This record gives sequence, structure tokens and C-alpha cells, in this order.
Amino acid sequence: MFEVFKKEVKELLRDKKTLLFVVALPVLIFPVLFGLMAFLATQASIEAEQKVHIYAITGSEYAPEFSEKIKFHKSFKLSEVKYETVDEMKAAVKAGDLDVGILIPNNARESLSKGEQSNWQVVFNDAASINFIYKRVNDAMKSFSEILQAENFEKLGVTKDQSVALLNPIKIEKIDAADKRENLGEKIGAFIPYLLIPLVLAGASYPAIDLGAGEKERGTLETLLLTPVTRTELVLGKFFTVLASSLATACITVVSMGFWVSVAGSFFDAKIITEVMGAIGVVDLSLIFLMLVPLAGIFSSLVLAISIYARTFKEAQNYMGPLTMIAFMPLVVAMMPNMELTMNTAMIPITNVALAIKELIKGTVDYSMVGMIFAATLVLAGVLMSFCVHWFKKESVLFR
Amino acid sequence: MIEVAGLKKRFKLTKDHKIDKKQSIDPRQETDYFHSVRDVSFHCEKGEVLGLLGPNGAGKTTTLRMLSTALLPDHGQIQINGVDVVKDPLLARKKIGFLSGSTGLYGRLTAKENIEYFGKLHGMDKKVLKTRTEELFEMLDMNSFVHKRAEHLSTGMQQKTNIARAVVHSPEVVVLDEPTTGLDIMTTQTVIKFIQDLKSQGTPVIFSTHHLDEIDLLCERVSVINEGISCFNGTLDQFKETGNSQILNEAFLNILQEQSNV
Repeated sequence: MFEVFKKEVKELLRDKKTLLFVVALPVLIFPVLFGLMAFLATQASIEAEQKVHIYAITGSEYAPEFSEKIKFHKSFKLSEVKYETVDEMKAAVKAGDLDVGILIPNNARESLSKGEQSNWQVVFNDAASINFIYKRVNDAMKSFSEILQAENFEKLGVTKDQSVALLNPIKIEKIDAADKRENLGEKIGAFIPYLLIPLVLAGASYPAIDLGAGEKERGTLETLLLTPVTRTELVLGKFFTVLASSLATACITVVSMGFWVSVAGSFFDAKIITEVMGAIGVVDLSLIFLMLVPLAGIFSSLVLAISIYARTFKEAQNYMGPLTMIAFMPLVVAMMPNMELTMNTAMIPITNVALAIKELIKGTVDYSMVGMIFAATLVLAGVLMSFCVHWFKKESVLFR
Repeated sequence: MIEVAGLKKRFKLTKDHKIDKKQSIDPRQETDYFHSVRDVSFHCEKGEVLGLLGPNGAGKTTTLRMLSTALLPDHGQIQINGVDVVKDPLLARKKIGFLSGSTGLYGRLTAKENIEYFGKLHGMDKKVLKTRTEELFEMLDMNSFVHKRAEHLSTGMQQKTNIARAVVHSPEVVVLDEPTTGLDIMTTQTVIKFIQDLKSQGTPVIFSTHHLDEIDLLCERVSVINEGISCFNGTLDQFKETGNSQILNEAFLNILQEQSNV
């Protein structure tokens, strides 16, 4: 078995594709990708922030203070075309001639002076993901509203303090019992398994295809089967190679992420992230890695079984697609808001590991629960590995 | 000595291959199973080369796969120098060297590493393996390319590497499944010389082929399989006698014709 393992590892290390998946992808491509994504997102945000919106206003004479505020706002430019109705404004926004239209009713002044609520309309396209239009109009409107409020309260003889109490009778002071680690862990804790677990699967997939279907396609499997080595030993040699590759990918990813976080921390103000990462500690980090071991065993067994069944490299790749989807489903469950590690969620494979990793990052983990999940995942990995061994002994699978 | 008696092997048909038995003209086809080998027997003595003949799909490869322990027979016996292949496949594998025309190599390993890997899997001692590989490199004139990766070797070099891989453990018998299919004249010559060397060393060789000139050149004994059944077993001379002349093609076709009439 060791000879098979040694030879498979040697061959994998000489394969450029494996090196790309196992080493280059986590070390270089991910940081480059994330960096690029962050850059593009920042650029989009800056562009949206710097954009000057073309606006039209109808009934500006009924609220001159507000109209002045908008007119002199650096982010707004008055349209040369006049629009009278909501429909006209909607059509102009759709055509791209206008960014925002504001309709002030002709009874605005009257209503406001009577202390009644005045209904204004703002027409804009709310579909863009980064959109500052509504916020800017609202901010301008809010400050105008506050002036009106103050005037009205003054007329009614209400002092400034009384007006604050009238508007907000109860003041709530938020005291967060969660420490920094728990708080940030809740936010990034779900993201880390979402990155790690698919990498564990990706790290297993390519070598598995090469070691199973690849052997069939190259015509080397039959000669291997004719050596005086039991089929159990042969498949275990292959299984441990796939497992090692899968764990190596996870390891390299963690180290690479740690490195890039520290690099990012030294350039930007990412003190809180470095503090949280520092607070996780060696024990919890080791536990995170340990939780991935049986999970890598599950993935390795599955991808190797699929690969042994497939006749060709391409057929194996076709089968891997649905498996990836199946592996992602429990991860999506773990990412859902307020999803906690309970006795019920601890029963769902993959979800349980993802939630346990999240709890470990947050520092709120129940270690007995982690132990239980580890044992259950290990048992499942063992069952699937036995299936893989059994599968490798079947003539109908090997000689399809 | 290789002794094969009453071999049978059937395969369960997948949905795509299932057909109504009444519609099938092939006697091996059943509703759920295909009887690839129905009754195959032959034997090969020390120092003999047995040529296994048969049309495409006759059951030659399945027979050789059972002989080399890759497949388990449903019925019948295979003995290699007294070892029962079915009962003790691991011991039998130590005695067999197997090579087929479609056998590949590990492309990212060098020719030497390919051969050494199989030597190690056969449990060979490091020193013995070193001596044996050097001997094979010399014998097959491989020294100029043993350190090259297999993926960069020519077809001829690859076949030499494959031959060395098949016999690195000094097998007592050698099984070759269409070893010259798709090879050029030079590489075919290497394979033929390899079989002649084995023969002179007294190693029994069984090889399947479609080239009757190779049978004429190498074999003492001939076995013909058709539709999964042995329809001829005898010496090369007896095989020739079944035809009206010394032309082997005629003899082969006569045997198949005779079986169809039966």
C-alpha cells in the first residue's frame, strides 16, 4: 500500500494540473481573485459616490428651502428638461435622461404650515446594487424636515428637550455582551468554512480522477490489478493519496489566508481582524484542521468511487459536477442567518462541520458537541471508505 | 505449465445492452446476461508458445483476463505450475507476466521508475531489482532512454518498457493479449524477439493474435476460440492439416466453418 501511495504522490507532484489545483490556486490565485474583487467593488463604490445625478423637481416653489438645498448639493445637477407628472419622470428615468425626479404637491406649503403631513414622491431606478440617489435625496429631505419640525414645535411652545422626548419617548442604549471575537466570528465564521470545505473537495477531485478513471483511460489499471497486491491495499494507497492532496489544499489555503491577512493588516487598518485571528489560538486552529480530516475522508471516498466507476477522465468530470452541487447544499444551510449548532444541525453531514468551525472561530464552541461531530463524521468517512474498497473489488465497476 | 479446463464467464447486461433473446442471433446472448466464455480449455507445456486465435469478440481477451487473475471465472479451472489461479490469485500473480497491446505506462514516471514500481509491487528485494532491471535494460537495448519520462518515449521505446515491466519479476509464464496490434514493423520485431527469447529460456507463453504469420513463426501449439467455445486445440502441424494447403488462413476459416455447421 505504501509503495502505491509513494508512487501516486510522486506522479501527482510531477503533474502541472495538480500543482495548479493544490498549490497555485490557494497560494496565488485566491488572493489575486479576492484582491481584484475588492478593487472592482471599491471602484464601483467610488464611481457611485462621485456620480452627479441629473434631477428634475416639480413644485419647487412650494418648498424653496429644500429646492435650494438640492440645487447647491455637489452630487445633483438640475435637468434642462421640465417634467410635470410621475409618468413623465418614470419614462425619463427609464430612458436614461434623468436619474431622479422629485414631485412636491402644490398644497405642500399649506399642509406644512397647518402641521399636516405632506406626501412627496421620488422617482428613481432602485435596481442598482450600489445606489446613493435615494440616500442623498432622503438626507436632504431629512434635514429640511428637521427644520420644519423645530418650527412647528416652537409654534406649539415645546422646548427642544421636550421635542426630543416627544419624538422618541424611549431611548435605547445598546450594550453588546458579545466580545469582539464572537461578533466578528459570527460575521466571518460562516464564510471561512464556505471557502475551506469546497477547497477540500477540489483538492480531492482532480487527483481522484487521475488515479481512477485516468488509470483506466491510460490502460495502466489492468496491469496494476495483476500485481500480487490485494485490491484493498491498492485502493487504500490511492485513497490516502487523494486524502493527502485534499488536506494539503486545505492546509496551504489556511497558511496562505493567514499570510495574506497579515499582509493586508500591515497595509490597511485591519486591526480588528488581526486581533480576532490572534485570539483564535493554536488549539482552536488545530481543531478546525482536525474537523476537516474526516470530511476530507468523506470527499476522498466519494470522488475516488466515482472515478473508479467512470471509464474516462471526461466521464469522471461529468459525474463530479452533481457531487459538487450536493456538497454545496449543506454549506448553504450553514450560511443561513441565525443557523446555530444544535443537536439537530449536528446531525447534518457537512453542515455540522461548517457550523462547528464557525463556533470555533467565534470562540463559543461546546467542545463535547465538536467531539461528537468529529466522531460521527469519522464513522461516515469510514463507511464510505469501506464502500470505496468494496467498489474497487467489483468486476462490473473495473471492467465496464 | 498452464492448464485451462472448462472455463465459463458471463457478464450481466446493462439496460442499454439488453435485448430480447428471440431477436438475438448470437447464441451467447440471454435477456440479462452475455455468456462471453462458454467452454474454453487448452494447455501449454514448458518451453511452448501457444497461439490463441479467434475472430473479434470470440472471448480471447476475457479468457486471458481470467488466466491472469483480473477476472474471476464462473466455472472451470486454471492451473499455473500447480497453483490454482482462482483459489490463490496472489501467488499466481507472482508467476504470471502479462502484456497487452493496449497496456499503458505511467507517463509522468521515467521508463526506469515504471519498471521499478512494478518490481516493488511484486515484492522484489532492492538489490535483486537493481540487478534485474540492469539486465533487462541491456537485453532490450533500453539504456539510452531509461531516464526519460514515459510520456516522451516513442511507441517502440514504450513497448520495450512495457515488456521489461511485464517480466521484471522473472515470471514463470507469460500471457500476451494481442501484443503487436497497432505496432510498426520494427516494434513488432522487438515483441517477436522477446517471445523467442522467452521460448528459448523454457518459459511457457500464451498469446492471442490476429496475425497468422506470427503463429507460424512462433507457436508449437494453437487454440481457436469461437463464440466463447474452444473449437480447436492441437499442434501447429495439426492446425495446418485442417486446411487443404499450408495456408493458415484457410485452416482457420475451415475450423470456424466446421463449428458453425455443428
